Amino acid sequence: MDKKLLIKYSEIGVKGKNRYIFEDMLVRNINSALKVLPGGASVRKAQGRVYVTYDENDYDEAISALTKVFGIAWICPMDQYDKMGFEDIAQAVNEHLKNTYDMLEEHTFKANCRRADKAFPMTSVEVNESIGETVLNEFPNMKVDVHDPEIMINIEIRPYDVNIYSKAIEGLSGMPVGSSGKAMLLLSGGIDSPVAGYMIAKRGVSVDAIYFHAPPYTSERAKQKVVDLAKIISRYSGPIKLHVVNFTEIQMKIYEICPHDELTIIMRRFMMRLAEHFAIKNDCLGLVTGESIGQVASQTMQSMLVTNEVCTLPVYRPLCAFDKLDIVAISEKIDAYETSILPYEDCCTIFVAKHPVTKPKLDRIVKSEHKLDSIIDELMERAIETTEVIEI
Amino acid sequence: MECYLDNSATTRASENVIKTVTKVMDLDYGNPSSKHMKGFESETYLKDAREAIAKILKVNEKEILFTSGGTESNNTALIGAALANQRQGRHIITTCFEHASVLEPLKYLNELKDQPNFEITYLPVDSKGHISLDDLKAAIREDTILVSIMMVNNEIGAVQDIPAIGKIIKEKNPKTLFHVDAIQAFGKYDIFPKKMNVDMVSVSGHKFHGPKGVGFLYINDKVKVKPLILGGGQQKGMRSGTDNVPGIAGMAVAAAEAYGSKQENVAHMTELKNMLIDGLSEIHIDGVMIKINSYKDEASAPHIVSATFSPVKSEVLLHALEDRGVYVSSGSACSSNKPGLSGTLQSIGLSAKEADCTLRFSFCDTSTAGEVEYTLNQLKELLPMLSKFVSR
Repeated sequence: MDKKLLIKYSEIGVKGKNRYIFEDMLVRNINSALKVLPGGASVRKAQGRVYVTYDENDYDEAISALTKVFGIAWICPMDQYDKMGFEDIAQAVNEHLKNTYDMLEEHTFKANCRRADKAFPMTSVEVNESIGETVLNEFPNMKVDVHDPEIMINIEIRPYDVNIYSKAIEGLSGMPVGSSGKAMLLLSGGIDSPVAGYMIAKRGVSVDAIYFHAPPYTSERAKQKVVDLAKIISRYSGPIKLHVVNFTEIQMKIYEICPHDELTIIMRRFMMRLAEHFAIKNDCLGLVTGESIGQVASQTMQSMLVTNEVCTLPVYRPLCAFDKLDIVAISEKIDAYETSILPYEDCCTIFVAKHPVTKPKLDRIVKSEHKLDSIIDELMERAIETTEVIEI
Repeated sequence: MECYLDNSATTRASENVIKTVTKVMDLDYGNPSSKHMKGFESETYLKDAREAIAKILKVNEKEILFTSGGTESNNTALIGAALANQRQGRHIITTCFEHASVLEPLKYLNELKDQPNFEITYLPVDSKGHISLDDLKAAIREDTILVSIMMVNNEIGAVQDIPAIGKIIKEKNPKTLFHVDAIQAFGKYDIFPKKMNVDMVSVSGHKFHGPKGVGFLYINDKVKVKPLILGGGQQKGMRSGTDNVPGIAGMAVAAAEAYGSKQENVAHMTELKNMLIDGLSEIHIDGVMIKINSYKDEASAPHIVSATFSPVKSEVLLHALEDRGVYVSSGSACSSNKPGLSGTLQSIGLSAKEADCTLRFSFCDTSTAGEVEYTLNQLKELLPMLSKFVSR
């Protein structure tokens, strides 16, 4: 008998002729996620499913890794036997139950046979009935419940082997990362942007990231925090190319020259421009931000209209309709929250006006921005030239 | 140029200290509790270290307890003495101005579920950071078991008159114990507990070119202290755990060096302190208010200068100086994320805003006049620029 993991996927299953592309991507991602297993693993795709052969001692690590791979709906720990007759199947089912559950306690169950091997002498219904009987004989605390069983014993009789499984661990669903192209995430040290990165990766998007560093107003520790957050996202999204842009000069010039209530909006417009520059350079098909409508002054619909105006690439805002509490819940789920709330001073707060505009007018902002015309190209160029790239 | 002016945070280990620590780790690595030769050799280091330190304090070597550093020394002194002497009373006096490793253990004692609770009196300090001896006299009661006062304040360098305080305590209540946190004072001042009526003294190794993770507590032979760390009964049961022989041997070397050239060192550091204070008071920049919280005379320690640069946030100035190779401490964390402002700075009358703009410069014997000059020049360059960028 071999212990395997049966991986079921949902959404990919409905794809048409290009389905194999998604499946291959998933197999690739599962393979790379399972590289951490000390005992190694092999991944095989067959008939709309993926099977993982692994060392049973690595069970916890394997589940932990697979529950971070997008595209997996369910993970079923499975006993796989070579082709065998009913007596042996009944015996194997009893073994499976004993190894998986506390059989001294009461449980309800139902047998669910699928007979792909049409040469097998019994029909599925007959197998179900007989298994019901052998289980009841072996375990006096078991009861049959065909409508809402606690344990669904799946028995798959196939031409060359027999699979038995009953547990299903829920995966993240979504689409395999890499199946949808790449996007540039505007990553800060806050709570929202890492969640936005996670959400976009869930739709199969590979992620690169850009962070605006403003020394001495933001410290080395603040930058390290962003690197740590990128690492957390990369557990789900795979490798990330993190661009660290030195933004101090631009920020200071805006502060000096432009009206203070428009600081944040103008700053964000330059961030978008720089993000788009690196997005195009890295073949990204869009930008991603953690903006949520109305959360702060720069995230009103009016503000987003004004910041959006400088971009030619689409800007994806996966959190735009989320409440803060919902975002925090996801942040906690993906283990980013504790890092996000580390109190490394973001002295950038001094660049925030006490009463920023909440309903900026595009023409006025553009007019204010023109005041920077004489120097801004040089500053942007320098910011681009001095950008540091960290592979995560 | 690199100027490390954060010697109150920690110091670089001296060459002889490094040699000694390495030798003990490499060659004389035995456990002093072992009965064989290796153990005996290593025990010799402990004996010698104890002797060397006892000589500096003019006390009996039995009275030196090795610890893991200043925090453990303070914890042991306060909690250990309070628990051992609680039948005599449950009143403890300290200042509002102590290090957290004194304030937190006292808070712990105050919050113990026992009835009655330990009662803590916090003495105020004046604008120079000194307690009033009259206040102290008035606060001592029949049931006062312990007074804990730091010799040199770690944030502004204020020095308390320990001999006078000791005299007042013993005159008012001979049974009251006197603990002195001398972590910033050791190596800079003569500390003779017997002469000064001091019963316990806390010291940390890495503040005077010794290794980190080691310190000691002087405990007068007649004073009862309950051990906090229980186990194999090392150090006569007062502090279990395998002795940190390399650390202890290294600390003893550092202590001997510090007191071997104490006079020259103090004269040198005082010169630097005065130079920095003079230099700071000569800086006149529009929009920047420099307030010096340390003093040229004996009221302040020779190695600490605290200065407030309103309205430039300390963390911004710190990182800007860091960029020029100057390493200092901020008096407190930035307030936007962390409201936990320095209690010390506010107790000498600084506002929350001023506390947020305060830096600490601290010297050691190897600091140079060139470093002070360089630092002053960097401040002159940075302050006009940074003062433009403050929250309006």
